[in-house]
Amino acid sequence: MTNPIEALLAEKGVLLADGATGTNLFAMGLESGDAPELWNETAPEKIAALHQGFVDAGADIILTNSFGGTRHRLKLHHAQDRVHELNRLAAEIAVAVADKAGRKVVVAGSVGPTGELLQPLGALTYEEAVEAFVEQIEGLKAGGAQVAWIETMSAVDEIRAAAEAAIRVGLPYTYTGSFDTAGRTMMGLAPKDIHGVTDGLAEAPVGVGANCGVGASDILASLLDMSAARPDATIIVKGNCGIPEFRGTEIHYSGTPELMADYVRLAVDGGARIVGGCCGTSFEHLAAMRKALDAHTRAERPSVEEVVARIGPLRNKQAAQSGAAEGEGRRERRRARA
Amino acid sequence: MSDDEIILSELSDEELVQQMHDDLYDGLKEEIEEGTNILLERGWVPYRVLTEALVEGMRIVGEDFRDGILFVPEVLLSANAMKAGMSILRPLLAATGAPKQGKLVIGTVKGDIHDIGKNLVGMMMEGAGFDVVDLGINNPVENYLAAIEEHQPDIVGMSALLTTTMPYMKVVIDTMKEKGIRDDYVVLVGGAPLNEEFGKAVGADAYCRDAAVAVETAKDFMKRKHNVRASA
Repeated sequence: MTNPIEALLAEKGVLLADGATGTNLFAMGLESGDAPELWNETAPEKIAALHQGFVDAGADIILTNSFGGTRHRLKLHHAQDRVHELNRLAAEIAVAVADKAGRKVVVAGSVGPTGELLQPLGALTYEEAVEAFVEQIEGLKAGGAQVAWIETMSAVDEIRAAAEAAIRVGLPYTYTGSFDTAGRTMMGLAPKDIHGVTDGLAEAPVGVGANCGVGASDILASLLDMSAARPDATIIVKGNCGIPEFRGTEIHYSGTPELMADYVRLAVDGGARIVGGCCGTSFEHLAAMRKALDAHTRAERPSVEEVVARIGPLRNKQAAQSGAAEGEGRRERRRARA
Repeated sequence: MSDDEIILSELSDEELVQQMHDDLYDGLKEEIEEGTNILLERGWVPYRVLTEALVEGMRIVGEDFRDGILFVPEVLLSANAMKAGMSILRPLLAATGAPKQGKLVIGTVKGDIHDIGKNLVGMMMEGAGFDVVDLGINNPVENYLAAIEEHQPDIVGMSALLTTTMPYMKVVIDTMKEKGIRDDYVVLVGGAPLNEEFGKAVGADAYCRDAAVAVETAKDFMKRKHNVRASA
């Protein structure tokens, strides 16, 4: 499979992915609880403006407005029968913006979780999950998406299902986890273990990493774990722009453009090859990130302490201190039987 | 494994309760059902089985969840095991008029289908002795208001997993304020993208980081409520 991300990486070294979708659409009038994906049809000019803003700010990769685009998510908005159409439109809108950028901009088709638990914890079978993702990714591909960008994941089996779907459809794929629970995903996946998730599938990912989660410091700590585990991997970090706060009736994220610029420098030093922003990252933030990326030469790998000193305290404990993989913690609780 | 040789019915009461804590931790549903029945057969009142075997066992699970030792898959198994024990106890508890901690109405807010965390909270709260009314997913403000009127809960819980849906919590609380009923209820909020400051900003009484914290917080508020009543 040819893939545009590797080609652009070879050219530029480190790539800048875009910023937030949902939180920026709020600023354009999206109401809390409404489906952003429906705007691909009813307000395409706003989605185009979102992409344009990020392209103008210097993004190398833009993500389609299709995060909740599986039938399981769209069902809530009675749009489960329009999966193909809404995803195709999402990709077409982004491609139209990328095509007139005057430089190479990769259109990545955003694929978020179904919101369902897979068997045996939940009702969804693995095959049903694959089928749901195939349906979405076929739509994205039909609209011109070049990569399936699997993101904000927490369960290993769901990542594999989405990756398998991308392979079936014939798109290269990336995947990122949301490490929001004691340094791991809520299902317990540690950053260092993100690499092996799709081992054994017919195609390897183009990149793996982290997005969303909690603040910028925590995702950089996750990055250090991921790059230590496999220094040669193409690692993605797409962190939130600080922490969400209400100012009056508006949601505001605490990260300043300066903070996000420093986050980019630390991400590059920590071994990331694709850096972007998640919730709260505006055009202004992304422009500051572009500037920082262009001016920065990769420096020494930072420690967690340096990350904290420059970006702020960690919100959660780190993955190495959580879990009970090596028989500590959990085993201590457990009394020997008989 | 040789440890499968344990015969629950041969254990003393104390050993059996300890074993049930372990079995809850390991999410062993059938063992919990068996242990619950044995304690009842030995003449334990249902409320004692609930508190000493199940609630105490889930407290340990909750602590390790809070401390990042256990994660959602393990806790779901534990909660399912607890539910199996609860379904034996529930009719007996009702018949014996066992004390209740309080009543909770809980739901995921409008636009959001995520219910894993909300379900865990519901199960843990039930395990801690609360009556739980679960509104499911995608709840507009009208659903919360109707449930409040119908069930007269002590606590209203809201959950959201998306940054695009969590602001809806403010819509619900603001509507409760408009109706003049906000202060009649304790409002607890939770979900991955939230934080304490956010909980305050939307006007909730507390943000609960996870299901274990939700249970502790709910109990605290119930205690305060009783104290207020007692001193009134």
